[in-house]
Amino acid sequence: MIDRRGTRHISPTHVAARAAVTFLTLAAVGTGCTGGSEQTANAKTPPTSTASPGTGAGHTLVARNGIAAGQITIPGAEPEDGQWIRPAKDYASTRFSGLDQITTANASQLKLAWSFSTGVLRGQEAAPLVVGSTMYIVTPYPNILYALDLSKPGGPAKWKYEPQPLAAAQGVACCDVVNRGAAFADGKIFYNTLDNQTIAVDATTGKEVWRTQLGDINHGETITMAPLVVKGKVLVGNSGGELGIRGWLTALDAKTGKVAWRAYHAGPDSLVRIGPRFKPFYKTDQGKDLGVTTWPPDKWKQGGAGAWGWISYDAALNLIYYGTANPGPWNPEQRPGDNKWSSTTFARDPDTGEAIWAYQVTPHDLHDYDGINESILLDLPWKGQTRRVLVRPERDGYVYVQDRTTGEVLAADTFGVVNSTLGVNLQTGRPAVNQEKEPQMGKVVREICPASPGTKDWQPSAFSPRTGLLYIPHQNLCMDVEPVEANYIAGTPYVGMNVKMYAGPGGHRGVFDAWDPIARKKVWSVTEDFPVWSGALVTAGDVVFYGTMDGWFKALDARSGAILWRAKLGSGIIGQPVTYRAPDGKQYVAILAGVGGWPGAIVSAGIDARDSSAGLGIANAMRDLPNATTKGGTLYVFGLP
Amino acid sequence: MRTRTYLRRWGRVAAICALGLALACEREKRRFNDASPSAPAYAAVTLDTLQPGVPSPELTVKSPSEGNAYDIAQGKQLFEQWNCSGCHSHGGGGMGPPLMDNEWIYGSSPENIVATIVEGRPNGMPSFRNRITANQLWQLAAYVRSMSGLEAKAPSPGRNDEMQYKVDEQRTPFRTPRASASKTLPAKSERP
Ligand code: HEC
Repeated sequence: MIDRRGTRHISPTHVAARAAVTFLTLAAVGTGCTGGSEQTANAKTPPTSTASPGTGAGHTLVARNGIAAGQITIPGAEPEDGQWIRPAKDYASTRFSGLDQITTANASQLKLAWSFSTGVLRGQEAAPLVVGSTMYIVTPYPNILYALDLSKPGGPAKWKYEPQPLAAAQGVACCDVVNRGAAFADGKIFYNTLDNQTIAVDATTGKEVWRTQLGDINHGETITMAPLVVKGKVLVGNSGGELGIRGWLTALDAKTGKVAWRAYHAGPDSLVRIGPRFKPFYKTDQGKDLGVTTWPPDKWKQGGAGAWGWISYDAALNLIYYGTANPGPWNPEQRPGDNKWSSTTFARDPDTGEAIWAYQVTPHDLHDYDGINESILLDLPWKGQTRRVLVRPERDGYVYVQDRTTGEVLAADTFGVVNSTLGVNLQTGRPAVNQEKEPQMGKVVREICPASPGTKDWQPSAFSPRTGLLYIPHQNLCMDVEPVEANYIAGTPYVGMNVKMYAGPGGHRGVFDAWDPIARKKVWSVTEDFPVWSGALVTAGDVVFYGTMDGWFKALDARSGAILWRAKLGSGIIGQPVTYRAPDGKQYVAILAGVGGWPGAIVSAGIDARDSSAGLGIANAMRDLPNATTKGGTLYVFGLP
Repeated sequence: MRTRTYLRRWGRVAAICALGLALACEREKRRFNDASPSAPAYAAVTLDTLQPGVPSPELTVKSPSEGNAYDIAQGKQLFEQWNCSGCHSHGGGGMGPPLMDNEWIYGSSPENIVATIVEGRPNGMPSFRNRITANQLWQLAAYVRSMSGLEAKAPSPGRNDEMQYKVDEQRTPFRTPRASASKTLPAKSERP
């Protein structure tokens, strides 16, 4: 049924990609992929909103949202203070702001208030922080921290702090030299450098308080994530699943920088901090030393599984939630077994690091499906009860709804085109692997959906308690793969996979969805030409914000998805929008523009797409990006006149 | 008369064949017995064309792998085995810069490339000093050059055995190497 030669032609041009997706659509439907067909059908519907400015994006209203306000609550929600002190805004990771001056009625009048050049031209993924009358921004390598004065017109710089990380760290950063931001607590700004240091800087003076070396670039380690500060502990995880690292999450004392505990994501239970309190819900996650026995001898020592994504915290349960990254090497034939605890969600006690439960989302990962995405903590009406859940739009293409006290999966529904698995078995917790899409040495397996960056990568979603909807920025990419033998040489890549990605069914590479976690379906959906690699922000004015890789910063009606406003910025957007109330009493929205990251490295690192395996196979899907945008590194702040 | 023409013609053919064989021999020449660790063969190479005062002496060491099909093929395998491909992909780059383009930060001559591999480079190119033998270094350098069409077509690798991720080295068009925007380089080598 599938014209296999059809996909070969996908690489040269995007035009060809659009033609070839027809085959993919057939493939996806034919392999029994769940959830994919609906979206592709929807994607063909023309934009519904006529009164709005042109969007350059397809927009679909699937159904009216019928959720009454207040039905879903955010645990531990605090009154709005107009600040933004950590990238996810609150411990539940909602990225929801209670500010409501900017509304669906006046968003169209948003104007540039001021801007600030970071002086660094690599991918800008960080969320600006706002504490009192100061804004803090972190740049990609060389990880400069700026403090900008919001009490003066134009936000002039108060000070800058330069940690001077090792230049050599750039060579072991898998997917651009990004940094996802800082966190504020107890008068200090905490953040990580690419060369594996966690640093505390005095938020008033800009003086370094302490710095702690946590990893080693000669073992392939880097740090790109934003730390989370919980009960006087700074939580930090490493990156390097493509370089044979040994993944961990570490807690440092916020006062001194001393390591309080470290939990590895492979190895014997003692190293994983699995003890008597550990009660995983599913059978396959139960047993002794699974972090050793689910690997070939000693391979766990270089098995990847870092923690470079997001951490959430439930104060009432005193638990942190986060996910681990992919196992290494990518070539799955070199690591038979479940490869625990890669691609796993952990619940841990933040005081001791003890694991309370774990759920391996993707046992024996085949396609680089990291499990690091954000867990949004909600108290959700579920079959007549209120369940304490975490909701996670995952890389493997499913929105997981899990009981956050036990780890039980209540629902797992696809939000994109998925043919690598055929559903998640809620009895066993395991995904049903589609054997046809399993990589094999000596063979090219084609049309695997989603591709390695998954249906959604790191780009964090936002949840509004007012609309009851989750806003998910993501991508629509599929791939061909060919495993090859990976050699382990410390400090160099450990991948063993030739990959070639391209647009999935529909031909668009990006999607911005509004998802109803109770009804378990999309309410509206906007398609974008390029992957939507920016985070999302939603406000009490019912306005939702995101940016595109060709540089459009957009405001949408959170209920209908209709576009309200957009502005073209100097470079593609892969950052995290935030909103705050400035000392002048007005609400502003801030975003860093500067293309890069995994799909944007074709611009920021000058990758040559004539080699379609370049940039771990994503260059092929992004070959027209250099025509659409150029490098940048600028903060933009918008407000009402 | 006729026989003589014949003889002359055949003689010419034979001579061409012999020449072809001889050239092919050169092209396929293998060197054995190489146990030396990273040799300082590139010691005389400079990275900069700007030299104050009296220019330093010309480079004397020449790559034994230039134009050698066997060496370039070996280089291609080594490029995978030493994980060069992990960072540079198949020339298009990723964690490291592309090597199939005509922009060179640290020089495109075989000696420059050997220096890059042995010394490492500050922004993340690891130093392979005492890891790779001299022979392998020249082979790697010759293969790296073939990726941007700096080696002759004939000895450069043809169609890939693996997934077709790019045009093969043999059909990669030659473009004059240039110094990367921010750096200078000695553009010593041209396509033969
Ligand atoms: C860990 C990643 C990594 C590995 C492994 C690696 N490289 Fe590199 N390479 C880099 C980076 C990063 C640079 C750019 C360094 C700089 O700009 O200072 C580079 C630069 C180079 C350059 C110079 C390019 C120029 O424009 O001058 C060459 C040639 C090169 N590498 C060849 C190799 C070869 C051959 C191997 C295998 C023996 C290899 N590299 C292995 C990361 C790597």
